[in-house]
Amino acid sequence: MSELLLVSIMIGAIQSGTPLLYATLSETIGERVGIINLGLEGIMLIGAVVGFVITVLTGNAALGVVAAALAGALFNMIFAFLVITRRANQLACGLALMFCGVGLSALIGAPFIGRQIEGLNAIKIPVFSDLPFFGRAFFQHDILVYLAIPTAVVIWWFLFKTRWGLSLRAVGENPTAAFAAGKNPYLLQYQVLFISGLLGGIAGAHLSLALAHNWAEWMTAGRGFFAVALVIFAKWHPLRAIAGALLFGGAISLQLQMQARGVPVSSFILDMLPYVLSLTVLVIWGRTSRSAVPGSLGRVFQGTE
Amino acid sequence: MKINPAPLLSFRGITKSFPAVLANDHIDLDIYGGEIHALLGENGAGKSTLMKILYGFYQADGGSILVNGQPVQIRSPHDARGQRIGMVFQDFILIPALTVAENIALFLSDLPFILDNDAIVSRIENISERYSLQVKPEAPVWQLSVGERQKVELLKLLLADARILILDEPTRSLAPHEVIGLFQVLANLRRDGYAVVVITHKMKEVLECADRITVMRRGKIASTLLGAEATENTLVSLMFGKAVAESPQRRGESPPEEGIPFLELKGVSTQPEGTGIGLKEINLTVRPGEIVGVAGVSGNGQRELGDVVLSIEKCARGTKYLGGQDATRWSVAQVRNSGTAFIPEDPLGMAAFPWLSVQENMAMSDVSRYARHGGLSMDWEAVRTDLQASLKRLGFQIPPFYVPLGILSGGNIQRMILAREMAHNPRLIIAFYPTRGLDVQSAVAAREVLLASRDAGAAILLISEDLEELFSLSDRLAVMLRGEIVATSAPRDITVQEIGYLMTGSKGEGAERG
Ligand SMILES: Nc1ncnc2c1ncn2[C@@H]1O[C@H](COP(=O)(O)OP(=O)(O)OP(=O)(O)O)[C@@H](O)[C@H]1O
Ligand SMILES: [Mg+2]
Repeated sequence: MSELLLVSIMIGAIQSGTPLLYATLSETIGERVGIINLGLEGIMLIGAVVGFVITVLTGNAALGVVAAALAGALFNMIFAFLVITRRANQLACGLALMFCGVGLSALIGAPFIGRQIEGLNAIKIPVFSDLPFFGRAFFQHDILVYLAIPTAVVIWWFLFKTRWGLSLRAVGENPTAAFAAGKNPYLLQYQVLFISGLLGGIAGAHLSLALAHNWAEWMTAGRGFFAVALVIFAKWHPLRAIAGALLFGGAISLQLQMQARGVPVSSFILDMLPYVLSLTVLVIWGRTSRSAVPGSLGRVFQGTE
Repeated sequence: MKINPAPLLSFRGITKSFPAVLANDHIDLDIYGGEIHALLGENGAGKSTLMKILYGFYQADGGSILVNGQPVQIRSPHDARGQRIGMVFQDFILIPALTVAENIALFLSDLPFILDNDAIVSRIENISERYSLQVKPEAPVWQLSVGERQKVELLKLLLADARILILDEPTRSLAPHEVIGLFQVLANLRRDGYAVVVITHKMKEVLECADRITVMRRGKIASTLLGAEATENTLVSLMFGKAVAESPQRRGESPPEEGIPFLELKGVSTQPEGTGIGLKEINLTVRPGEIVGVAGVSGNGQRELGDVVLSIEKCARGTKYLGGQDATRWSVAQVRNSGTAFIPEDPLGMAAFPWLSVQENMAMSDVSRYARHGGLSMDWEAVRTDLQASLKRLGFQIPPFYVPLGILSGGNIQRMILAREMAHNPRLIIAFYPTRGLDVQSAVAAREVLLASRDAGAAILLISEDLEELFSLSDRLAVMLRGEIVATSAPRDITVQEIGYLMTGSKGEGAERG
């Protein structure tokens, strides 16, 4: 394999892995507090379109990212209200949120289809970016790429080293016990879903502002659902999510490179590659341990009498 | 005893109804600072409900709560903690996936935002050392036995800086030296002017430690007496409105030494799981018509022993015989079908499904017995008949069969498990704390049924920390320590004190150290 190919695959892995990582982190903290959000795809789309539109209108991509994050968070509050306050079924509400996000983003984005923007520029890290091979692979990316892994570490730190993280894990395991310990499960779930929405919005913004530099309907193409699977792969752990996102980013990138180079294999089979890989890894590495799954995942806290 | 003139805490007209029951009916009660107040009453009397209302876990339908004479609104446990009220629940609410230290940290409101695990661990170790309530701070709670969980719950409360402490049946699964330790702690708290409310079914403890005793009956206060004036008889007749039969005694003659044992373990060892305990070279026989009692501080391998017999856990070495057959590799279903009844240490966690109805839970242990039309339907009539017959034999009240099991009171859940397991004339009974949480009357009934089963030829393995119960029921006794059987003896050849020392490994020393 030529060095050039290897570098392109690396760059591709990091670039496509980044939105996957933000999305996986978004879902991870949500599930840690006991809520499965299948609407992640919709949140990412809202983030993608709002980020794009704001960037087009203001010419400021940083403002676009901030707007995307806030839009994702606000959009997720609809879901939060339904599943926390109204105690509705999480799976059904998640799917509804997804479809809503697909439609709403298409509506908002319609006038902007075909517009190209500069979006988020690559920032070259001085000195390092001139290194042969590594320089191009690792040190010529946009700001969201550089921030992705630190974000994962910060989330890990909050989850496992702070009182707030302990409380939210407790709610995800057993909200009744957390309530009896003097916590407010509803409040914690709202807080976490807000942050989860921020991250989902950023994931979407990276797609439209850094990867595609344009807006297309349903441009997430299932990445939101893929992130839900990655959470299981990462066993609900933010640091393992880094490895997972890079691995599957790499698979996507490999597939694109093979397609671009006209490898004589049906493109349908190539499209399946990341998914086949994920299934294989789950088979080999599977066996979710007994304490990995948050104990009350998907269940609704009914309160006490 | 020094009781301050004004009550620290008052209930006024507290009323709480659940669908179909009036759990608390206009309760008026005063609790003073500097007293240990015992709350007694039969299973389902409404004791836990009243305390959960004080703790903000339930909301009363009517009435008010006064702290220091001021009416307070307690809408959640968070509010209760704000009033410095702390509670240990009867059905523990620890989080199995978290460690002991994390569970305790969750409960402490004075911790900094950034948790310092080492500081928490050393705080836990300090206080557990001081009050001889030994726990392993780093162990995940799912690995702990009930006795250890109970200790974690107590430590939680003791560290939480409460001035009104509620303990709902705290001594159910503590070893004797731990009970003594606990009551010393409570005495210290009383001296410092704290108010302690203890719910228990153990008369001895009540009479020893309580300054005042309140008896509840069917949701009302029957009476409040001074501890010094109360006797067991007055309390029992207040609780049930009649005298209770004497506890049955084991028969005088020793059991037949011959006959093939129904259960035999030969050199059985298991692999310890995590920080848990593995069994080491266990040799144990239980013959038909014999009760073998296993004494030991909870967490010294008793749970593993039951798991091995039931085939929930595999033998790493050694063999297990059931009814003379090599059963080492049997599945749980095979063991159950050979006539084994199992009363687990943690009924809600291991034997029951809180959200299924009482009758569904009843059918669960033996689905094939009640399946009709090749499993396409269930014969609920037969389920109800069997359950009714079994409850009657035990002399227990019959609850509605359609309600979810989880809403029954703690003692009533234990009653249902007993009734289910004893329903089909088991040949082997593995009973963990069979009378735990039962009121005096029900406990006597349960012991009678165990003895009757034994006389009818059942082999019984009785695991308990209640030494008196072990002595009065067992034909032989075994003592477990750190996964080994360290002694076996007939009850008449050994004293309660000797067993106590054997259980802890030395005179008065904590057992789990090292
Ligand atoms: N969440 C609930 N929903 C419905 N009924 C309930 C609920 N909690 C308790 N009850 C009912 O209220 C009554 C009183 O229960 P409570 O738990 O207070 O009894 P208790 O005095 O603590 O008994 P025990 O000694 O068995 O623990 C029981 O009949 C019980 O079935
Ligand atoms: Mg109770």
